[in-house]
Amino acid sequence: MFTVIGIMFGGIAVGYLLRKFALLQKMGKTISYTILLLLFLLGISVGANEAIMDNLATLGGQALLIAVAGTAGSVLAAWGVYTLFFKERSRR
Amino acid sequence: MKGSLVVVGFFVLGCLLGWSGSLPAFILENDITMYVLYLLMFQVGLSIGSDKKLKDILGSIRPKLLLVPLATIIGTLTASAFVGLFISKWSVFDCLAVGSGFAYYSLSSILITQLKEASLGMQMATELGTIALIANIIREILALLGAPLFAKYFGRLAPICAGGATTMDTTLPIITRYSGKDLVFVSIFHGIIVDFTVPFFVSFFCSL
Repeated sequence: MFTVIGIMFGGIAVGYLLRKFALLQKMGKTISYTILLLLFLLGISVGANEAIMDNLATLGGQALLIAVAGTAGSVLAAWGVYTLFFKERSRR
Repeated sequence: MKGSLVVVGFFVLGCLLGWSGSLPAFILENDITMYVLYLLMFQVGLSIGSDKKLKDILGSIRPKLLLVPLATIIGTLTASAFVGLFISKWSVFDCLAVGSGFAYYSLSSILITQLKEASLGMQMATELGTIALIANIIREILALLGAPLFAKYFGRLAPICAGGATTMDTTLPIITRYSGKDLVFVSIFHGIIVDFTVPFFVSFFCSL
């Protein structure tokens, strides 16, 4: 846990010090390529894993449950915050 | 949307290659993934640190606006913990780790697979990582498809909170359409804050 976050903060410090270099403003692209590579690697370990391939429907069902719950929870919380704090301002 | 299709495409391609069994054994050992993850986290840090808008963004934070990402985080985590009570296979903290991806499927799935390996073992960790990937992709799709509905019945902030960490890029166009153009800044601000919390929440819940 600390390695991952530590490396990110190391990156923030280096990025701040080197912020004048125009190259760093193009990090978005290389980040996307790295993510693609990582998901490709994750795909390989999932595909090579027989237990996961056999249980894909079960895993997908659990994933759907968590996704629907998370979305519903945040939508409800948004409704609460909106009615309590934001609605009056938008009426003005 | 096109971006997420490419991402899913790469994942599926990897699945097929791994499934075909034609790969040499050294690729299947997980060490490569870990180093590429470190590389990714360093790049994420670089892009945050060198962002010229960082100061403007930090300076423009008004306390009231923080309520929007706060609602997303509290709503998502409460509901994920609740669901965690009913999925016997995974602990509440496992479900919280999946939920705290906030639709940022690529990073959360990789982090979970790596960080959970020590406590759950590689098999279960890869399974939970797969759940995180699917769950957070579904969440992005729900945010895209549900935006008009959420805005109509739960107020203009609802599409933003549903979008989680994606509201400054992939779901921004649909949010501006259904929540109104005046909320563009709120949506971007919300996305940046939630996006930033993903590595913290995911690794925190993985360590419990």
